[in-house]
Amino acid sequence: MASSTNKTVTLPAGADPPLVTGNLGFHDITQLVSYHTEKRPPSAWYMAIAVSSTLLCVLLIMIAYLVWNGIGVWGNNNPVGWGWPIVNFVFWVGIGHAGTLISAILFLFRQRWRTAINRSAEAMTLFAVICALLFPTIHVGRIWVIYWTLPIPNQMEMWPQFKSPLLWDVFAVSVYFIVSLVFWYVGLVPDLATLRDRARNALRRRVTGFFALGWTGANRHWRNYEKTYLLLAALATPLVLSVHSVVSFDFAVSIIPGWHTTIFPPYFVAGAIFSGFAMVMTLMILARKIYGIQNIITMDHLEKMAIIILLTGSMVGFAYITEFFIAWYSQVEYEQYAFLNRATGPYAWAYWTMMSCNLLFPQFFWIKRLRRSIPFLFITSIIVNIGMWFERFVITVISLHRDFLPSSWDYFNPTIVDVLTFAGSFGLFMTLFLIFLRYLPMVAIAEVKMVLPESDPHYYHKHDSEGEEH
Amino acid sequence: MLKKIIQQIKATMGVYESRPDGVYGLLAEYPNPGVLIDAARKVHSAGYRHFDTHTPFPIHGMDRAMGLGQSKVGYITLIGGICGLGLATWLQWWTSAVDYPINISGKPFFAIEPSIPIMFELTVLFSALFAVGGMFLLNGLPRPYNPLFYSRAFTRASDDAFFLHIAASDKNFDLEETESMLREAGAKGVEVVHDHGYSELHTA
Repeated sequence: MASSTNKTVTLPAGADPPLVTGNLGFHDITQLVSYHTEKRPPSAWYMAIAVSSTLLCVLLIMIAYLVWNGIGVWGNNNPVGWGWPIVNFVFWVGIGHAGTLISAILFLFRQRWRTAINRSAEAMTLFAVICALLFPTIHVGRIWVIYWTLPIPNQMEMWPQFKSPLLWDVFAVSVYFIVSLVFWYVGLVPDLATLRDRARNALRRRVTGFFALGWTGANRHWRNYEKTYLLLAALATPLVLSVHSVVSFDFAVSIIPGWHTTIFPPYFVAGAIFSGFAMVMTLMILARKIYGIQNIITMDHLEKMAIIILLTGSMVGFAYITEFFIAWYSQVEYEQYAFLNRATGPYAWAYWTMMSCNLLFPQFFWIKRLRRSIPFLFITSIIVNIGMWFERFVITVISLHRDFLPSSWDYFNPTIVDVLTFAGSFGLFMTLFLIFLRYLPMVAIAEVKMVLPESDPHYYHKHDSEGEEH
Repeated sequence: MLKKIIQQIKATMGVYESRPDGVYGLLAEYPNPGVLIDAARKVHSAGYRHFDTHTPFPIHGMDRAMGLGQSKVGYITLIGGICGLGLATWLQWWTSAVDYPINISGKPFFAIEPSIPIMFELTVLFSALFAVGGMFLLNGLPRPYNPLFYSRAFTRASDDAFFLHIAASDKNFDLEETESMLREAGAKGVEVVHDHGYSELHTA
């Protein structure tokens, strides 16, 4: 209803730039976002889904091959018992941190710019966590007894070992997935009602109507809804920080040099946010271009994400250097060797790839011009994720390949099955994300409307009754 | 008596009884959130209680204008959190110290320290599920049937229109009087919503 809202208000001097550009009204936002779920997708979407679903098939074939033959088809050997599958697991869990961070922590900090990206970032989180859960599941070997990790009464009358960090991990990642899913769905309900009310054909109205639960935007409902959203944000905030902390316990609770450090939880969490934001950036740069929503996901949003990448990248870099300092300072011979071996041993190439991708490249974001350059942001976001994959490789493989006993030292080589399974996991991730873009509103419609100045009743009162408190 | 209590509880969820003649209520459309909040304030001070506003997004200050108190979701969430924490503590203690104790490197069968991660996770899980479940319960959702859906204009309540609905079950409800009050408050249009599958637009 563009006619009812006065669009020619000038901003007071020194005010922040508007979060939504292009003078969009309420209806324009509904139209801009819902429209893409209602029409045929652009041809780029078809090309993308063709590639990603092919990769997904590769993944399924690789899993079938693995289950049939056992995990000997991977490069995992002795002493490197945790090879690529665990590297990939930590990589995907890390990526799965941005969504809930954006929706929960930035919500609590009243960062209103999050509304443009939170929906797609949350979706990305869910899909990344699905990919993450896949790897430990297939890594256990006998996949058909994976339910032994859950406290379900069974014929052996045995229970899971609750003192094991690996079991904490099962709980942490599963709980994170469930809570993120619930959070995402609660956010979706008002927007599904929008889709329902716009639906022209009966099937679409029924399906969206089923999931919209009869939402009518009643204020009695918004009241409970907003409270719930706040509570979920407050609950998800420590949860996000705990998930990667618990993942780091998988390493830190052991006695392997290079793993047994107390810096791991904060260092892992910073790395997870770093890689998650990089992935959000990669996907958003593509999606805003293909779907023409540059007025909702603006350059300012990308710049803010770049600043978070710069911040967390510097934290990660600082942690890398701290690890070296502590190894030297501890005077423990094994610890010192583990770190010297990282930088100069047979895997020095992996270590220096990690250092340059994570420590060096994000530092270019100090320059404002580069923070606002789309090609540079895109390339850097991919470089960051390459670097973060190598970080997990460095931690997992380098620490294991030379343990306390030199006679058992060995070099780890991945097999083609390792490589194809990892590539296939991108197929799973991208296929799910593309389906999301096709069928669900990729931007939180109701929340974006809330950041328009026209959504505030005071906007209409200030001309006649200046300063009156409502 | 019991029926009356159930009706009152349902009214807090925004679920109202329609009149014997099928009138569910009056639905008025307002041009913007500013006019709507003033109208809500007016309707509340006129003594109406079975009314609600329907907007595409929550409107700041509307709870006070409508005379609504704090949401009760917080208490439900707290109960959930306590259940989760209790379950996690009991589960870890009972499985590892009572039902099947295993001695691992002489560690105690049950201790708080290694139990904390799971206690934390289950507390968060149950709190979150109770919060969302409680929210849907307090809102009376899912509600597949709602007479307001008979109004054609109402489809824009999730897009860019701002509605105020006064239910026929309100003790002050009177078709003419209520309608003229809604118009005085600045309504663009007023509809009578019937429970029998239609809604008629009253043009001024």
